[in-house]
Amino acid sequence: MPTPDQLNATFVALADPTRRAILARLLEGDASVAELAQPFAMSQPAISKHLKMLERAGLISRGRDAQRRPCRIEGAPLAAARDWLDRYRKAWEGNYQRLDALLDDLQPDPPAGRQ
Amino acid sequence: MPELQLFTPNDRELVMTRSFAAPMELVFACHTRPELVRRWLLGPPGWTMPLCEIDARVGGAYRFRWRGPDGETMSASGVHREVVAPERLVFTQLFDEDWTGGETLITVTLRDMAGHTELTQTTLFASAEARKAALDTGMTEGMESSFQQLDALLATEGEITRER
Repeated sequence: MPTPDQLNATFVALADPTRRAILARLLEGDASVAELAQPFAMSQPAISKHLKMLERAGLISRGRDAQRRPCRIEGAPLAAARDWLDRYRKAWEGNYQRLDALLDDLQPDPPAGRQ
Repeated sequence: MPELQLFTPNDRELVMTRSFAAPMELVFACHTRPELVRRWLLGPPGWTMPLCEIDARVGGAYRFRWRGPDGETMSASGVHREVVAPERLVFTQLFDEDWTGGETLITVTLRDMAGHTELTQTTLFASAEARKAALDTGMTEGMESSFQQLDALLATEGEITRER
């Protein structure tokens, strides 16, 4: 089970578009810092800083190969964050589906083109 | 099916967007008239809203109480800061159980999108720590994030996890 601190670290790490893009790239396979830096207008040290945050949040791990230290995505923290968000989303989606039905009841003629 | 979107633009806010097939006036009324609010703002399945009092004027208070399937209750109250029908509603919110780490400020804005209404609800927590406290409870309301890009990312990530 993830602790709230871990969950928080995951959300903080995910709150940045560059870090999300890095994770998206790593979904395609492991990559070195140089490979990760390539698509961004960013220096390798700047990318390394993002990688450190992702590593602290447990979202990635770094290989032992001293020269490349390839980055690899780790699934468990993302899955925990997703579970938590799913619960939140379900509760509100339930509310809003009831609101959909209520709005339907309140309108004698639903607007044309409604699904 | 209009999809609910969740965002965390910073470390204190949670933003949700959703569109509704109804005019703004009606969606607004469903947020301010007790007899309408109690028909949808219920949270998890099996919960009802035995108490729903709303004075939808600036400075006016509201009080909600929910009852769960096993008789458990949960209550929230607050004061309206802005009431601009049919487009903007700002109110404070504090649960008696205070699982949000203090009072939150909730802003609901509505926008007309070619006959549909786009709703944006922003929850501002007292602090980053307060949002974390809300996370700690694992409760249903008032929390964190997801992002459009992340939705796709997490979906793909799930597949990768299964493959390993």
